[in-house]
Amino acid sequence: MIGGDEWWVLLIKIVVVVLGLVTIAAYLTLAERKVSARIQLRIGPNRVGPYGMLQPAADAVKMLFKENTAPSNRDRLLFLVGPSLAAGAALLSFAFIPLGINNWFNYQFHWDVGHANVGLLFILGVSSYGVYALFLGGWAANSKYSLLGGLRASAQLISYEMAVAFALIGAVIIAGSLDLEQIVHAQQGAWFIVLQPLAFLLYFTGAFAETNRAPFDLPEAETELVAGYHTEYSSLRFGLYFLGEYVNMVVVSSIATTLFLGGWLPIFPFHPFDWIPGPLWFLGKVAVLIFVMMWVRWTFPRLRYDRLMSFGWKVLLPLGLVNILITGTVVALRA
Amino acid sequence: MLSDYAPILVFLGFVLLFAIGVPSLSAALGPRKPSPAKDLPYESGIVPRESARRRFSVSFYVTAMLFIIFDVESIFLFPWATIVRQLKVFGIVEIGIFIATLLVGLLYVWRKGALRWD
Repeated sequence: MIGGDEWWVLLIKIVVVVLGLVTIAAYLTLAERKVSARIQLRIGPNRVGPYGMLQPAADAVKMLFKENTAPSNRDRLLFLVGPSLAAGAALLSFAFIPLGINNWFNYQFHWDVGHANVGLLFILGVSSYGVYALFLGGWAANSKYSLLGGLRASAQLISYEMAVAFALIGAVIIAGSLDLEQIVHAQQGAWFIVLQPLAFLLYFTGAFAETNRAPFDLPEAETELVAGYHTEYSSLRFGLYFLGEYVNMVVVSSIATTLFLGGWLPIFPFHPFDWIPGPLWFLGKVAVLIFVMMWVRWTFPRLRYDRLMSFGWKVLLPLGLVNILITGTVVALRA
Repeated sequence: MLSDYAPILVFLGFVLLFAIGVPSLSAALGPRKPSPAKDLPYESGIVPRESARRRFSVSFYVTAMLFIIFDVESIFLFPWATIVRQLKVFGIVEIGIFIATLLVGLLYVWRKGALRWD
C-alpha cells in the first residue's frame, strides 16, 4: 500500500496521468491552431491525418529529430535545467487534483494520484517552480532577448501569484478546508462561482498571466522579444517549454474547476445529469475553460508591460484582499 | 499525515524520468552539425557585441522585494481561512487589523511610486 492505493493501482494512475497530460497538451496545440484558424476565417492544419488529427504526433517526431543548437557561452547546467523544470513542475502540480470519487463494491476509488489535507497549498507551491524554469532558462542562454523574457516572466509570475492566491482564499473560507476533495463536497449546494463570483473572476484573470497567455503574454511578446525566454532553445528542449505551458493551462483550469465550478459534480444533482460519470464532468468543465482561454487569446490585443504590472498590483491584489475581508466577515457572522 | 505524500514521491520519480529522458533522447537522435554562427545568441541577424548579463531595471528588484512581503502574508491567511467559523468575531477583528495593515502598506508603496514602470 502506498498512500491509499495498492502499488499497482498507483502505478497505473501515474502512467495514465503523465501520458494523459502529455497527450492532452499535444492535442491542445492542435486545438489552439484550429480555434485560431476559425476565428481568423482560415481552415488550420488539415493535411496530416483526417482534419489534421495527427499533426501533434508529426510535430513531436519532427522536434525529436532536430538538432539541439545552443549559444556556446551559455551556462551549461542551468540551460539544461530550465526546460526539464518547466515541464516537470507543470506535470507534478497535477498530482493532487481530484477528478472524482467512485464506490465500487465497497472499494472507494479516488481519481487522483494522491490526496492530502493541504492539497491546494501543495499545488500553489509546486507551480511556483515554473518561475525558476522560465528565469533560469532565460538567464542561462546569455542572450538579450532571453534575459529580458526571463526577467519579465519572473516579475509577472510572482506578482500574479499573490493575486491568484488571494482569490483562492475566498473559496477556501467558504469550504473551510484546503483539501481539494472536501472543497468539491462543500459545493454540493451551490458552486462557489455563485457565492464567489469576484474571486472566480480574479482567479481566472490571474490565471492568464500565470500561464503567460495573451493578453498577458509579455514574456514572449514576439514583436519585441522574438520568443522571450525560449529564444535560444530548439528541438525537444523547446518542446518541453511548450509542453509545460499547455500542461499549465490544464492545471489552472483544473484548479478553477475544483474550487469554483464544482469539480466532478454535475450541473443539476438529478437524472439524467448524474448518469454521466464525475471525471467526464470534470474534464468537460476544464475543456470549456481552456476554450475560453484560447478564445481570449485570439480576440484581445497584448497589454503594455507597465499596465500589466499595475493591473496586478493596483487592481487584482486590493480587490482580492477586500474580497477576503467581506467573505470572512459574512461566513464568521453566520457561523 | 506524512504517508499521504508517498504517492507524490513515486510520481516525482516518473516526472523526473520523463523530464530528463525526453531531452536526452532528442539529444541522442538529433543531428549535430556545429558552426560558428550557431554558437552565437540570436540577435535578429546582428553579431552580438557584449554579454547579455548586464544590469537591468531596478523595478524588477523592487517587485521581487514586494513579492516576498505580500506572499508571506498569504501564508498567514490560509490557516485562518480554514477556521473562520470557529474563530468567529475574534478572527474577523484580528484578520481585519492584519489586512488593513497590508492595505496601508500597499498604499504606501503605491504613493511612493514603487509600482511605477517607466
